[in-house]
Amino acid sequence: MLEIKNLHAGIEGNEILKGINLKVNAGEVHAIMGPNGSGKSTLAQVLAGREEFVVTKGEIKYNGKNILNMAPEDRAREGMFLAFQYPVEIPGVSNTNLLKTALNEIRKYHGEEELDTIEFLALVKEKMKLVELDQKFLSRSVNEGFSGGEKKRNEIFQMAVLQPKLAILDETDSGLDIDALKIVANGVNKLRSKDKAIIVVTHYQRLLNYIIPDFVHVLYNGKIVKSGGKELAFELEEKGYDWVKNEKIEEMVNL
Amino acid sequence: MSSTEVKTIEELANKEYKYGFVTDLEADSLPIGLNENIISQLSALKNEPEFMLEWRLKAYRHWLTMKEPTWPNIKYPPIDYQAISYYSAPKKKPKLNSLDEVDPELLKTYEKLGISLTEQKMLTGVAVDAVFDSVSVATTFKDKLGELGIIFCSFSEAVKEHPELVKKYLGSVVPYTDNFFATLNSAVFSDGSFVYIPRGVRCPMELSTYFRINAANTGQFERTLIVADEGSYVSYLEGCTAPVRDENQLHAAVVELIALDNAQIKYSTVQNWYPGDKDGKGGIYNFVTKRGACRGVNSKISWTQVETGSAITWKYPSCILQGDNSVGEFYSVALTNNHQQADTGTKMIHLGKNTRSTIISKGISAGQSQNSYRGLVKIVKKAENARNFSQCDSLLLGDKCGAHTFPYLEINNSSAQMEHEATTSKIGEDQIFYLNQRGISTEEAIGLIVNGYCKEVFAELPMEFAVEAQKLLSISLEGSVG
Repeated sequence: MLEIKNLHAGIEGNEILKGINLKVNAGEVHAIMGPNGSGKSTLAQVLAGREEFVVTKGEIKYNGKNILNMAPEDRAREGMFLAFQYPVEIPGVSNTNLLKTALNEIRKYHGEEELDTIEFLALVKEKMKLVELDQKFLSRSVNEGFSGGEKKRNEIFQMAVLQPKLAILDETDSGLDIDALKIVANGVNKLRSKDKAIIVVTHYQRLLNYIIPDFVHVLYNGKIVKSGGKELAFELEEKGYDWVKNEKIEEMVNL
Repeated sequence: MSSTEVKTIEELANKEYKYGFVTDLEADSLPIGLNENIISQLSALKNEPEFMLEWRLKAYRHWLTMKEPTWPNIKYPPIDYQAISYYSAPKKKPKLNSLDEVDPELLKTYEKLGISLTEQKMLTGVAVDAVFDSVSVATTFKDKLGELGIIFCSFSEAVKEHPELVKKYLGSVVPYTDNFFATLNSAVFSDGSFVYIPRGVRCPMELSTYFRINAANTGQFERTLIVADEGSYVSYLEGCTAPVRDENQLHAAVVELIALDNAQIKYSTVQNWYPGDKDGKGGIYNFVTKRGACRGVNSKISWTQVETGSAITWKYPSCILQGDNSVGEFYSVALTNNHQQADTGTKMIHLGKNTRSTIISKGISAGQSQNSYRGLVKIVKKAENARNFSQCDSLLLGDKCGAHTFPYLEINNSSAQMEHEATTSKIGEDQIFYLNQRGISTEEAIGLIVNGYCKEVFAELPMEFAVEAQKLLSISLEGSVG
């Protein structure tokens, strides 16, 4: 589904991603872990098409298509979804309005009929249950005055409504207490399926107790320095990121 | 030809010319220029009673002593008031045979606004077959209003049919000496609307010029007078939300509202006159004086305006809160794009006890436009327990436009409670990217964000108007970011 080859990208002349290689197939859940400043969020933003980040080398293929020149809204319409680390507040725009507009844009792109209000509300009410959100929430402005936990739940709720093929969760666990974490993880797990893939970007292992990944990659200094199964996450939790850093230095010395 | 002969011919020509006006009422226009003779001719053309002519002349004489204001934050080349024709019979638009002959860009806009084909034909001047729907609709409405004793007619008609009401209220809120543009209007106003709601009557429908058959092309100097008698209620809609391409350069209208004891007037405007092209060429200069008097106890006047058109907007819909416990409200969205300039706001004058006023102003500037909020809250010594809440927000799109806020406060009573909030923000790249990432294009994202920003004001508009206003904002912003 997603194939990243030798991806180099940066902002204002600073290279942050220094040759990322990653392959994600449908049905898989990949976790990308790494210390602060390793480039995790940059990777998430580059995948979503944020313009501030300039790709200098390499390619990103999504369903066989090179998407580097594709506008962010078209990537979204093609089924890519980014759950933001810091969801943005949009005063005066209700959650319903945002979701209805988004969903119908995506449907239009695929030549499908727009949903009318009744169909839309039925869908939304069903999906709200996934993340245990109250109905009042629909008429509130997008993320305005939301608690940290509500913002993250809102991201997963949007994902549930928009039904992406590839979801990228950027530090969705940060700022969540354990109960909220469980709700969010539970919501994500219900969306797992054979034809969908998820990339979980996280600093800590704890989210991975609830969303069990098929693969874990360690990102350090703009490169994936280690890949493995779900055990790798536990190992990291135990030994800390210094372990990877030191090992990396050793490798370099041995070379 | 001798000089005396020339003089005689000239005199003769002028005489006939003048005569022609008096006899042929419908078809003629006045020559350009402004003097007492022109005003007399104008009044005669309209068959006005003597009091009206006297009033016009008093206004004109006063106008001669006045200077055009220079304090607004707007720039325009000097206006030659002698180069304008102050009366032309309703302009006939060129008759077209089908919509194929209409500017396709205009049709595209209509389509986006969701205007029906019949309406499109009417707006563009295409001949409409048989009886046009709204004509019969309008007549039905008129009958219904008549049963309730509501008067809703053109200003010219009111002057003739209801002179006692006109005499009593005309100029009682905006006197003919008020300001340069209002005084000019008082001297030369062409036509407009008149509304009278009798005691205790709640007007059962939104009154709009749209439903008044003879309201088309009221011209550059419109005059509106609305009187709500004790305990009555009326909601009045001004303007048509479809972009009629009015090419008159200078507009100077006056609107007067009077609310007596326990009466309420809600006045909503959506203004989208021609703003000029992308380079700032052409466009309307809109110098309007709008003022309401809450004359009675517990009376209420609400102004709601959405301003997206005109090259220059100079407009301060105001409330004089005379009656005890009276309430004034001002909700405004002013959008400027390209080279548009807007200097708009309100005045809330608290005279009575326990008077309250609310001001919500939302300015949006895009392109190279300049958008100013100018507002006065005045509380006189006798106005015990007056309250005001003001909120003035500015939203900037891009970095070549400007937003300015000029709040004036004059508080002469220590029991007054004032709250003022002001914000200036830019549409964030973050917000746009967030919406892009949900599959929404940048243009649509900006539409959503801007409409969200204006939500409090739109909530005050009648439902249908609000929907059109939203669409209008999006259209006005098209191509402003990219």
